[in-house]
Amino acid sequence: MLATSRNFEANARAGLADDNLQRALGLARTGFPLRRRLATERLPEFEELREEGRAIKDHTLAHLDFYLELYESNVVASGGKVHWAPTPQEACAAVRQICRSVGAKTVTKGKSMVAEEVGLNEFLEANGITPIETDLGEYIIQLRHEPPSHIIAPAIHLVKEQVAETFRAEHHALDPARSLSEPRQMCDEARAMLRPRFLAADVGITGANFLVAETGSSIIVTNEGNGDLTQTLPRVHIVMTSIEKVVPTLEDAATLLRLLARSATGQEFSSYTTISTGPRRPGDLDGPEQYHVILLDNGRSALLGTEFRDMLRCIRCAACLNHCPVYAAVGGHAYGWVYPGPMGAVLTPSLIGIEEAGHLPNASTFCGRCESVCPVKIPLPKMMRHWRDREFAKRLNPPVYRSALSLWAWTARRPALYHAVAELAARTLGWAGRYRGRFRSLPLANGWTAVRDMPAPEGRSFHSLWAERRK
Amino acid sequence: MSEARERILGGIRNALGRGQLDPNTQAQLRARLAAHSRNLIPARATALDDARSVDLFIAMAEEVQATVARVGAFSAVPDEVARYVAAENLPAELVAALDPNLDVIPWEMRPLLRIRRGRAEAEDKVSLTPCHSAIAETGTLMLVSGRETPTTLNFLPDTHIVLVCRCQIVATYEDGFDRLRAERGTGRLPRAINFITGPSRTADIEQRIELGAHGPRRLHIVLVEEDRVTASVEKSQQHKGAER
Repeated sequence: MLATSRNFEANARAGLADDNLQRALGLARTGFPLRRRLATERLPEFEELREEGRAIKDHTLAHLDFYLELYESNVVASGGKVHWAPTPQEACAAVRQICRSVGAKTVTKGKSMVAEEVGLNEFLEANGITPIETDLGEYIIQLRHEPPSHIIAPAIHLVKEQVAETFRAEHHALDPARSLSEPRQMCDEARAMLRPRFLAADVGITGANFLVAETGSSIIVTNEGNGDLTQTLPRVHIVMTSIEKVVPTLEDAATLLRLLARSATGQEFSSYTTISTGPRRPGDLDGPEQYHVILLDNGRSALLGTEFRDMLRCIRCAACLNHCPVYAAVGGHAYGWVYPGPMGAVLTPSLIGIEEAGHLPNASTFCGRCESVCPVKIPLPKMMRHWRDREFAKRLNPPVYRSALSLWAWTARRPALYHAVAELAARTLGWAGRYRGRFRSLPLANGWTAVRDMPAPEGRSFHSLWAERRK
Repeated sequence: MSEARERILGGIRNALGRGQLDPNTQAQLRARLAAHSRNLIPARATALDDARSVDLFIAMAEEVQATVARVGAFSAVPDEVARYVAAENLPAELVAALDPNLDVIPWEMRPLLRIRRGRAEAEDKVSLTPCHSAIAETGTLMLVSGRETPTTLNFLPDTHIVLVCRCQIVATYEDGFDRLRAERGTGRLPRAINFITGPSRTADIEQRIELGAHGPRRLHIVLVEEDRVTASVEKSQQHKGAER
């Protein structure tokens, strides 16, 4: 996928002005947090489980080579094959080779963010293979030729009228006069359109929420059942996943599963959690004849040795997106690549470079909600700060910004001077704003005053008031 | 491909600042794996006696729009299935798993129920399967694939009817894994383990929950109080033993 993260500011402005997007986000920003809160309140152990989830992931990452080798040997023992892919190109090439070996024309796909990351759909199309997204949200955006705007609800940026419009434009064979006013009708229509595709596909590609080292299994979590039809009906099942998804045991997976659905959708458990181990067994009446796993690295192994290692704990639940005031205002497309929201603000610079994605770790108010809801306690704001440090060290910010920041830093490191300047500014502004109590415009602050008034200070700096009280 | 493998594993070791793990650490990790020790288990399900486990299972399953019918004995299953398909206005034609547990049911009592045994095909409307375990914690059914339990039965038909024997209800997912290991040893898992919690659903359009996105629209659980699976479970274990 071509990144447009460089254009975050313009993307965000467009998002703010998009009425449909704002209506759609309005539904999301209340729904998700409420449902998560209710689910976590019902489970008194939730906070302890978060700590355990963090520990399981940390333990696995510290021994990642061991668990990946064990995982591979168990996949092979159950009749499957692991394809190691250091880069997106190698991941795509592995999929092409498997598809060609069985003469595949169409491929059904369950939702996979790793497949988005490597640009699998575009690659398959360019190679004469038709990918068909089967998750309802993914199906809708595939018809619209849009990228996902959310990692678990890819079409969350749309209102139902837009979906209806897309279905009318794309489902030519159906009665143009049919009613499509309710989500129910659209679900039924998509179900009817996709059912024959499931049955006809040569290859099914899913992602994986977890890989289990002790058994060589992949786990997918879905609500629709599309992932299961995708991996059960075709002759070949390809699991498109990445190296940090592995956990040691089924028991470890169970703990993370207790965190995942509650953090993501606020469900106690998703409708379908499926543990797949190898291809069909002798005498089985269904299931794929071949089982392949593509293990993508794409820069993840290098992160292990950096201050961004904690990011590899991420289980892709989207709680951080769902609780982020910036995401809720601008939507996922503004972030300009596969992973939006706070997790994207940390992961995207890691995967495509801070030069391209420098805006993302800056698009945060550091309110800290993301970290407070993260099921594996990833310190997201801290890591965004690390990216800001690196951005500054690499001299990527504009010169004016850099000079202002340097000046501020110089002042802040001299407490006496800083207090004097702060006191002077507070007194001056307090005096100038003494009648109206606010400013309509201020020199150097028109970024603020262009859209709202600046409240006038009371006239004294905090430090001087504090010093006075302590006397 | 092995070059790619070495690049990734080498990259990991490099980033972790070490070579291959020393034998001592490897032995510790193997011991951790073999122990199958559980992490924190929520008290919600484990603190319950048998009867309250059953109640919790039913309450949690119904909360996610599964329907549950309790019957006293396997001999009452044909009546319940016939009642359910009639009430839901479904055809009296079922595709059922080959599992011998279903053989103990006197289907001849309801001659109008037509039952085909095998995997599900596109035109099948109603399926009937046994389950491996039922998890009280979240009202979740645990089904495993095998020659007698094809996976398509769980996903293709519009309506999925699942027989649960009261003795199959356990507290947690971990209990389900333990039961599986007790039957099969520590060897390979079945090809598919399906945890099913309510019927298929989606909220992808304006976050409105709609049932029956791609999988079954209806999930009906027939809970049998009588303990009759023992004999046939032993029989199926012999099968699986032969497979290994």
